[in-house]
Amino acid sequence: MADPPPRPRVRVVLGDAASRRGAPDRARADLDEQTPVGEALVKGLVRAQLALALRLALVVAAGLGTLPLLFAAAPAVGEFKVFGVHLPWLLLGVLSFPFLVLVGAAYVRWAERNEQDFVALIRRPER
Amino acid sequence: MNPYLAPGLILVLLLTVAIGAYGLRFARTTSDFLVASRSVSPSWNAAAISGEYLSAASFLGVAGLVLRYGVDVLWYPVGFAAGYLALLLFVAAPLRRSGAFTLPDFCQVRLKSVALRRLATAFVLFIGCLYLLPQLQGAGLTFATLTGGSYAWGALVVGVVVTANVAFGGMRAITFVQAFQYWLKLTALAVPMVFLILQWQSDGRPAVTPPGPVFHAATTVTIEQDAVLDGATKVVAGETLRFEAGDPVPRVSTVDAEFGADWLLPDQTGLFTTYSLILATFLGTMGLPHVLVRFYTNPDGASARRTTLVVLAMVGMFYLLPTLYGVLGRIYTPQLLMTGNTDAVVLLLPEAALGDGHLGRLLGALVTAGALAAFLSTSSGLLTSVAGVIFTDVLRPGRSGSVRDFRVATVLAALVPTALALQVSDMDVSQVVGLAFAVAASSFCPLLVLGIWWRRLTDAGAIAGLIAGGGAAMASVLLTVLGPPLRGGFAEFVGQPAAWTVPLAFLVMVGVSLVTGKRVPADVGATMLRLHAPESLRS
Repeated sequence: MADPPPRPRVRVVLGDAASRRGAPDRARADLDEQTPVGEALVKGLVRAQLALALRLALVVAAGLGTLPLLFAAAPAVGEFKVFGVHLPWLLLGVLSFPFLVLVGAAYVRWAERNEQDFVALIRRPER
Repeated sequence: MNPYLAPGLILVLLLTVAIGAYGLRFARTTSDFLVASRSVSPSWNAAAISGEYLSAASFLGVAGLVLRYGVDVLWYPVGFAAGYLALLLFVAAPLRRSGAFTLPDFCQVRLKSVALRRLATAFVLFIGCLYLLPQLQGAGLTFATLTGGSYAWGALVVGVVVTANVAFGGMRAITFVQAFQYWLKLTALAVPMVFLILQWQSDGRPAVTPPGPVFHAATTVTIEQDAVLDGATKVVAGETLRFEAGDPVPRVSTVDAEFGADWLLPDQTGLFTTYSLILATFLGTMGLPHVLVRFYTNPDGASARRTTLVVLAMVGMFYLLPTLYGVLGRIYTPQLLMTGNTDAVVLLLPEAALGDGHLGRLLGALVTAGALAAFLSTSSGLLTSVAGVIFTDVLRPGRSGSVRDFRVATVLAALVPTALALQVSDMDVSQVVGLAFAVAASSFCPLLVLGIWWRRLTDAGAIAGLIAGGGAAMASVLLTVLGPPLRGGFAEFVGQPAAWTVPLAFLVMVGVSLVTGKRVPADVGATMLRLHAPESLRS
């Protein structure tokens, strides 16, 4: 079988195409040129994401991190049984994992929302 | 010996090599080789990350610890999983956006310091070796336990297979191999557990609760060291003891294990150790070299976040199982509490509970294949990352090298831990893994968290913090592993150092950075933008 004639090579550059969309606007320029306004915008995003992460870390610290203290301070909690299983086994061996996944899912959702807000702020500075 | 064992193990080895070879067909350039050209889909990537992460310590060690110490060690699996949450919250997306492939790369991107890069390289190599060593040891011990063969042979076979696979397949191949091995490991624990629980039901649900473990069936135990039984009867090495079904399991003075309420209920003391363990595992995961390399294979920051969430779910699902093995081991394999060989509980439980018929042997071979997958996948991932660091920072600093150089780096990276594993066979597997987490938590965790979130971090601060916190943790590790046995509060302080080394690292890093404020990189604003802004804004 004869080879088909080679097609000319096409250079696919997605980043350039994305950046060419729309006219350059003020907020974009602020970001790129590191003006005080641009700095403040980035600082706001970083602060929002950090606050979110710290808040959820606090939820885990309160939910899981206090358990050793609780078990030590109130031994009766350790003796409590649910469906014939002692509570510490149930909490640590089973329930802690879905708890961690739930906190993680909440973080992904809210962190993406923070980013969307930031993008919207940059893209439509007039509103 | 179990007749299904050899075919099962050979099948896993062949599949690993075959999938590696299949991946090799796609690996044509250095970029394919090292970072899979960033074209790995999130579900493959998440399975691969999980497969890489679930090591021998997770597959065998956790069940062994639960069998021995009970509820207090459940913090190990919880912490191993929660480490991914900390990674997700503080590191995943910004690290991917930084474009760094290894931890030293991140230092360069963020702080532009060659000295810091060298120091970080030293830490990566230390943690990598510290983590690779117990994997090879575990492989050796498993081969020795199951086949009666030599420890060195098992360690050597796994070492050679892993080195060859990494050197010839690179990471593209490794991605498929690791993903396959996650599902193999999950299956290898989940399927036998179904049969074990059915057996437990049909045995009339024997209790694990006090007064203490009893022999489920007539058992012969060979004593390996001179010891005292129940504080009264003296036994000598080599003596065999016969127990009938229903006999209580005696306490052996040479084996450290908990009985009765100590096993069942949380410890009232030892809060320092518990919190230290929590800190080390929660914060150590993000600093393990083989975990971070994987994030580069995500296409962007948002997908790095989603991948991490899937990993958290996959790892959490896996960790439900080892606890059950430990608990059922209390009923069906209590003789391990006398020999101290508790790490073998996962391997021995199927045959002990289901008898040595076809079902028991088949399931026994399945868990052993899973254990082999655990050694192979974690050591492959570690080796890839350590070799990557040797390749970029030691062999050819600053220049891009060829695939051949990567192969040389792989062999170099494998030599030291394999040689060490052949020398040392009596170190405690899970303890060494825990120490690796402590070193990572007190060195790279503060560096990453402060580097990503705090503009005023300086190279001098980072170096001082790494030396103070990471150095203290390293010294504690060396003292624990190589030093004389310690006693009392000091042993706790050194044996589980994270509770003081992690805060120390953070404090020194922040303090020295504030003092050397003039050294903040001039382009920190641009770096922060790059780390935190979504990719859709990039121009």
